[in-house]
Amino acid sequence: MYAFTFHRPQTVRQAASLLAKNQEAKLLAGGHTLLPTMKLRLAGPPQLIDLSLIDGLAGIEQSGRSLTIGAMTRHNDVNTSPVVQQAIPVLAKLAGMIGDPAVRHMGTIGGSIANNDPNADYPAACLGLGVTIVTNKRRIKADEFFTGMFSTALEPAEIITKVSFPIPKKAAYQKFRNQASRFALVGVFVSKRGSDIRVAVTGAGSNGVFRVSSFEEALKKRFSPKSLEGMTIPADGMNSDIHGSAEYRAHLVGVLARRAVAEAIGKSAA
Amino acid sequence: MAANTAAVSLTVNGKPVTAEVDPRTLLVQLLREHLRLTGTHVGCDTSQCGACVVHVNGKATKSCTVLALQLGGANVLTIEGLAAPDGPLHPMQEAFRENHGLQCGYCTPGMIMTAVDMVRRKGNDLDEHTIREELEGNICRCTGYHNIVKAIAAGARAMRGTSAAKAAE
Amino acid sequence: MSATGIGAAVRRKEDRRFITGTGHYTDDINRPGQVFAYFVRSPHAHATIRSIDVKSATAMPGVLAVLTGAELGADKIGNLICGWMIHSKDGSPMKMAAHPALANGKACHVGDPVAVVLATTLAQARDAAEKVKVEYAVLPAVTDPAAAQKQGAPQIHDVAANNTIYQWHLGDAKAVDAAFKSANHVTKLDIVNNRLVPNAIEPRAAIGDYDSGTGTFTLWNTTQNPHVARLVIAAFVGMAPENKLRVIAPDVGGGFGSKIFIYPEEVVALWASKRVGRPVKWVADRSEAFLCDAHGRDHVTHAEMAFDVDGKILGLRAKTIANLGAYMSTFSSSVPTYLYATLMSGQYEIPQIYCEVDAVYTNTVPVDAYRGAGRPEATFVVERLVEVGAREMGQDPAELRRRNFIKKFPHQTPVIMNYDAGDYNASLKKAMDLADYKGFAKRKRDSARNGKLRGIGFSTYIEACGIAPSQAVGSLGCGVGLWESAEVRVNPTGSVEILTGCHAHGQGHETTFAQLVSDRLGIPIDNVSVVHGDTDKVQFGMGTYGSRSGAVGMSALVKALDKVEAKAKKVAAHLLEAAEGDIEFKDGKFSVAGTDKSAAWGDVTLNAYIAHKFAGQELEPGLKEGAFYDPTNFTFPAGCHICEVEVDIETGNTEIVAWTAVDDFGVVINPMIVEGQVHGGIAQGVGQALCEGAVYDKEGQLLTGSFMDYCMPRADHLPSMNVDTTVTKCPSNPLGIKGCGEAGAIAAPAAVINAITDAIGTEDLTMPATSSAVWLALQKANRMPHAA
Repeated sequence: MYAFTFHRPQTVRQAASLLAKNQEAKLLAGGHTLLPTMKLRLAGPPQLIDLSLIDGLAGIEQSGRSLTIGAMTRHNDVNTSPVVQQAIPVLAKLAGMIGDPAVRHMGTIGGSIANNDPNADYPAACLGLGVTIVTNKRRIKADEFFTGMFSTALEPAEIITKVSFPIPKKAAYQKFRNQASRFALVGVFVSKRGSDIRVAVTGAGSNGVFRVSSFEEALKKRFSPKSLEGMTIPADGMNSDIHGSAEYRAHLVGVLARRAVAEAIGKSAA
Repeated sequence: MAANTAAVSLTVNGKPVTAEVDPRTLLVQLLREHLRLTGTHVGCDTSQCGACVVHVNGKATKSCTVLALQLGGANVLTIEGLAAPDGPLHPMQEAFRENHGLQCGYCTPGMIMTAVDMVRRKGNDLDEHTIREELEGNICRCTGYHNIVKAIAAGARAMRGTSAAKAAE
Repeated sequence: MSATGIGAAVRRKEDRRFITGTGHYTDDINRPGQVFAYFVRSPHAHATIRSIDVKSATAMPGVLAVLTGAELGADKIGNLICGWMIHSKDGSPMKMAAHPALANGKACHVGDPVAVVLATTLAQARDAAEKVKVEYAVLPAVTDPAAAQKQGAPQIHDVAANNTIYQWHLGDAKAVDAAFKSANHVTKLDIVNNRLVPNAIEPRAAIGDYDSGTGTFTLWNTTQNPHVARLVIAAFVGMAPENKLRVIAPDVGGGFGSKIFIYPEEVVALWASKRVGRPVKWVADRSEAFLCDAHGRDHVTHAEMAFDVDGKILGLRAKTIANLGAYMSTFSSSVPTYLYATLMSGQYEIPQIYCEVDAVYTNTVPVDAYRGAGRPEATFVVERLVEVGAREMGQDPAELRRRNFIKKFPHQTPVIMNYDAGDYNASLKKAMDLADYKGFAKRKRDSARNGKLRGIGFSTYIEACGIAPSQAVGSLGCGVGLWESAEVRVNPTGSVEILTGCHAHGQGHETTFAQLVSDRLGIPIDNVSVVHGDTDKVQFGMGTYGSRSGAVGMSALVKALDKVEAKAKKVAAHLLEAAEGDIEFKDGKFSVAGTDKSAAWGDVTLNAYIAHKFAGQELEPGLKEGAFYDPTNFTFPAGCHICEVEVDIETGNTEIVAWTAVDDFGVVINPMIVEGQVHGGIAQGVGQALCEGAVYDKEGQLLTGSFMDYCMPRADHLPSMNVDTTVTKCPSNPLGIKGCGEAGAIAAPAAVINAITDAIGTEDLTMPATSSAVWLALQKANRMPHAA
């Protein structure tokens, strides 16, 4: 690691002010992406701002048809929360698929979303459920938040404080792992809430998480895997690397979307 | 040591510890280099192999991916603290020995700490599928996992009704 | 069988320290005043080094020195060497290029060390390393072994035209051609044996410590063979005379071959410790290990097998290009030659075999022995040919194997090896029963109902272990003898230390060697300690690899125990006032034949040392004996592994649903440890077949440089394994041991690929058979069902 100074603010305001003063500073949430990157000297922020002492950033609350999860809530806490398991079971399940048990004890939803790794799981859930991301400055719709690989709508000195999830009627997530990294080679999240049908894909796109409008349109007619039969997406714009070609990823998007819809309606995809 | 240092106080294996560290110091470095607790190992630099797993406030944590300065006031348990130096082994340690769940021994401390945490979260009756899934963050190159899986299942059963699970927290 | 003797599943003596975190691996050791080494490594695969400017790095905080190849040369530190001479078919010797520990004017692979920074802390060394300015002139690079020999390929070393190290062959080409002419069927395969990264979970490490008062060096090192390291570093590198260099291999966290070799980093740690006057510690990061630990495999092969009308094998021919990387590592030349082509007969009676091997330099990390070393590559060739041959001829693969099995022993193959004992039918039959081969068709139908393709694959492998008869390997070019030594030190109170030249890094020698002593001397196993891994304690030894420690190392121990018993009988004769010839030794007790007079083990050992009952002139006091054992033949473990898979048609994902292994390792000392070795070997073989593979891009950058991209098998990649044995004793060593360390890694890849290809109905599948590779194979074969 390169040398840095370490800050532990007590409030979001203090954190934001530190961030405003130090343009190259980084926020430390769970640290499970940032610290490995720093260890490999691929990042060298001169200041590190640890959010863990700030009261009120972690926690899970349901109010009516919406579930709110604090930015510093650990993956394991989402995974094991009876509230989440009851309201949006797939979200609890998805949190349990991130990294490994030890990683889930540290990693946070806010950190994952702010990082917007193109292979991460939470961005698919956020886009696939149409969440609202709440920061110290404003509320941002998921559709506007994820702006490309490792890139978000967050402005300098803007800090995610919580994520507000509308509770869907049906939802499921299918993750096909990169066997080495265990990130999603392709992950497809589907949901249905009234007429709002969403299909969000992580891992596959060369520009990060995205929605598949053709699948959504087909599912609007009937929310069934049959509606997606024979459907695929173009390989253009898909990632291609040693773990899978663009064609393979495009193919998997179709397969996993069908399986996810089947899971959402409680049927086998076969 | 760089001029830029900071103090951190925490509890390690039940003993209060205060150290003056470079902010870059990872928990695993604090343990190995400052406290000479060398049972916690480093096997990779991408937070995947799990050789460095310890418990922080009762939860399995990769000590290579936490800064010492993040842990002010924390309670850390390492493999050295799982059983008294000359006392009886923890049931999970005993199960690893009894089931030949280790060969070179390098990944073993992380495996055992992960296994004890697994029991805390998943209970004493662990089926093979659960154990294999739960080992996603621990890599062993020697055993092919076969005997590790057996050891964890046996260790979990042996922990039933003992204070071991509690002591691990 | 006693509870702790030969054949008992004794729990390991070494485990307590490992499960309590009190082992001592190299990185756990710290020397007073030690400083840290950090290597500046080439970011280019192939480049001329125009200049190295260390000025600003040297001025950084905490830095003691920044050293380069220039200083290394000035101090006359010699090059690293490859210790096995291979001659080409034209009689010319292999073309070994200079391999300095720090690059001398040229970098030949990404990760080639070009300078080293010594500083008070590791962070300081790493900070300063970034300030070392190296000016490179980048040259075109080549990483693919077949491309390396082509016209116009970048030339890596002047000594090796067309990057070719040797063009070797074995067998009778004309006789093989004649056999093929008479064939009824010929099976042809193009095979890539994928490059692997060993990845012992303990990264390599070294501490060099020079004592100026005595002029001696000490090296703590993650090595599988401390004496060989000392020999090479003394005799070839020229660091110090052998008697002024001590090498200690403390607890070592796995090796799998990668810790056999003598590497630049330990040489530099020793040399630098003298230069800076402080102990020097180096510990590899995992990312660094990917770039500096010898890789394994990396063959490109075309192979053909000829069958007669009855499916009897008439001949086999193979042409292999073996990638040895940028430099010739310590034993690299032997792996694709004498450890490979000599196993091409498999378990089969094959009248004629011919194998050609070209070894080439490329701009990649050096390649050397990795678990199995040559034998997995040979087994993959033979077992794929037999399986595909059976499919092409419409025959049952088990039946075709059975028809071709060698049934009479000893059996001389056309490729040097003389198999001494085995029963290949027995292991095949037992494995088929355990795997319920008869029920496979039904299971396949059940899988199909769930949208899965099920397949079954065999691998009836053989390996040559117990490495190795010195005279034999000497005649084939090996620079050392491959005997083993043992010493038995009996203490006055009857406890025993045994010293072995073998080295355990997971194999459990502290238990198995003690079992042998306990069994033989009738003393409790806790009264036996095993000493290894220190050149100051053990006189000499060749280390642990090639499944040799049981067959060779324990045989040396048997010889030493014979001598101890003979001497102890002399002492007992004096003690019991009887003729030496009347003394009998059984269950730890010496008795006089035909009388009730006896003496316990402890009485005799005490008397050996107090020497009150005999004159020191007629019988030397003390009880300590040593022995060197040189095997008379290789050993030939063999067996049958059966893998059953389910392939997800839509995603190409393979799940191994069952694994059956029946191995013949001869006499087993500790079945628990043997099973563990088999499990681990299978996991590494499954890793090669399903997910592991080092990939370079065209510029020579390693794309799989961390566990994020190089897939290590995890617990959920593997099933529980059904492991069993059959036994034919090895006739060539006193215990009848064959060895078990590599079997799984040798057998497994062919079993997996045979199973997957059976499932998907196409042979066009290369390792690793990742889900994307299987999907692609299905696409190519046009077998993709319409999207469900």
